[in-house]
Amino acid sequence: MNENIKRFSYPYIVWISIVIVIPVLLIFLYSFIQSTGEPVVFRFTLQNYRDFLDPIFLNVLWHSFIIAAISTAICLLLGYPVAWVVSRLKPHRQSSALMLFILPMWINMLLRTYAWITILSRQGILNKILARLGMGPFHMMYTDFSVSLGMVYNFLPFMILPIYTSILKVDGHLIDAARDLGASGSHVFRKVMLPLTMPGIITGVTMVFLPAMSTFVIPQLLGGGQYIMIGNLIERQFLLTGDWHFGSAISVVLMAFILLSVWAMKRFDGGGSQAGTAGKGALPW
Amino acid sequence: MANEVLIEIKDLTREFDGDIVLKGIDLIIHKNEFVTLLGPSGCGKTTLLRIIGGFDDPTSGSVLFDGMDLLKVPAYRREINTVFQKYAIFPHLNVYDNIAFGLRMKNLPESVVEEKVRRMLKMIRLEKQAKRNIDALSGGQQQRIAIARALVNQPKVLLLDEPLGALDLKLRQEMQYELKEMQRESGITFVFVTHDQEEALTMSDTIVVLNDGLIQQIGSPVDIYNEPRNRFVANFIGESNIARGKMLKDRRVEFEGHVFDCVDRGFNEDEEVDVVIRPEDLKIVSSGEGAFKGFVDAVIFKGVHYEIIVMVEDREYVIHSTQNANVGELVGMVVAPSDIHVMELGV
Repeated sequence: MNENIKRFSYPYIVWISIVIVIPVLLIFLYSFIQSTGEPVVFRFTLQNYRDFLDPIFLNVLWHSFIIAAISTAICLLLGYPVAWVVSRLKPHRQSSALMLFILPMWINMLLRTYAWITILSRQGILNKILARLGMGPFHMMYTDFSVSLGMVYNFLPFMILPIYTSILKVDGHLIDAARDLGASGSHVFRKVMLPLTMPGIITGVTMVFLPAMSTFVIPQLLGGGQYIMIGNLIERQFLLTGDWHFGSAISVVLMAFILLSVWAMKRFDGGGSQAGTAGKGALPW
Repeated sequence: MANEVLIEIKDLTREFDGDIVLKGIDLIIHKNEFVTLLGPSGCGKTTLLRIIGGFDDPTSGSVLFDGMDLLKVPAYRREINTVFQKYAIFPHLNVYDNIAFGLRMKNLPESVVEEKVRRMLKMIRLEKQAKRNIDALSGGQQQRIAIARALVNQPKVLLLDEPLGALDLKLRQEMQYELKEMQRESGITFVFVTHDQEEALTMSDTIVVLNDGLIQQIGSPVDIYNEPRNRFVANFIGESNIARGKMLKDRRVEFEGHVFDCVDRGFNEDEEVDVVIRPEDLKIVSSGEGAFKGFVDAVIFKGVHYEIIVMVEDREYVIHSTQNANVGELVGMVVAPSDIHVMELGV
């Protein structure tokens, strides 16, 4: 590539190093050391990781994974049909429909999540409506339900957009061809649409699963003080307990866990379709 | 050729948002026939094909297939397969799986699928590429896969939507020949859509000339070429000289100020007509001998023949001749009675 153009990337490289590479390295470093009481003397240790093997913490990790996985699955089940419907609209309608999904993201995420409290709480809007119908009241706040709902609500656009893009990329003639060759509606979907939109699905799942796995705001607001996910655990180590070493160790575990999940997803895609250039995912890996 | 009717199309129309694309099509397609729908882009030929294939519904009219109402049958249950314009080969499947797609949809045992696919691969000479990805193949190879993928299902009708359009000239001519062979061997009815008149003349048993949503003429290639029914057909199929004339009586036509013998009958006395003469049917003679004469305006060497443009007053005549002529020379032209084709006056 042209030297001159390359030069433009230098500020970016510096920026990335300062705000991403160095902090991550520091977290790594912190997770493997122990303070000795003296200001600058540290000792290498695996104790932070050993601490994490406690069933309580492993349970938190497992629970976080389950909630994130369920939320991601719901996003996929909701997002795919929505993306499909939007892609079938007339072109000028498509952009306004997409706008509807993106618009809430212009509002601060905290506010949007707070709003759910007034809807879901015991004296909330939903319970009042149900009471009119002679039902309830239901206990909805501070449960797996409210946390998952918050995640689905916040992260759904990240599922819809990549899937929508991948559906648009599929040549309509391929659907005609499949029907021509005897494929019924469900066969067209399973044998043609699904494999061809798999890159979009993978991207969407990744983009929802990553924040769902590590978020601490949503479980804190909608789950309440007793509700602990791995993100909350890390937050507490840094802000409440002040044990940066243990917090760093949990962060590294979480990172490893997420990388492993993404890698597994990629493997799954490789086995599911031998797609060549049929629209690679939007993400560069 | 068996003359059994396979598809019967009656008064078919198709309207898109007030735009009438098909304006009442009546067409009969026989078993084992190679039918070509020929016309310029936008004439409705692809729409007609899509309706037969089940990818579009007509606004009105009927299509019978073996005597049964075809329009009630969804695309995936029709005994019709299609070769799409851009091949529409599944990019996520390899060569083998693409061809096997239709058979697997029918839940045939894998051993039968294998046998049929192998036979097809052999026919299209891509046995070695069976496990290849589609994007590793050339346009001609993809084209053959698209045909094999459709033919392997042994449909009663194969629809081909300008399948040779994307190929270069040499490959296109080769494929024309191959397609014709495949059709003869398989005994499957082919409905072929093209805007290329040469392709239509080379391959078809029957040509259906379409323009502006209406059938202009149906006939064998020889009929269509020699006896175009109107000005559009004459112009679209091959090059033509078209002159205004007057039918004096049966077998006597007047144009360019001369009375010619011809073979056409059945017109009214003194009816105004269009007279079609193919460029290769006009002969240049010395100015004294010709029935009518003009000045040579241009001579273009075309390889097999010279294309000679002769101006008769302000009217241009194109002549294909193996003999050269000199620009500016006054020449005479003659034409045999059987080479004069009289048509109803076009617009």
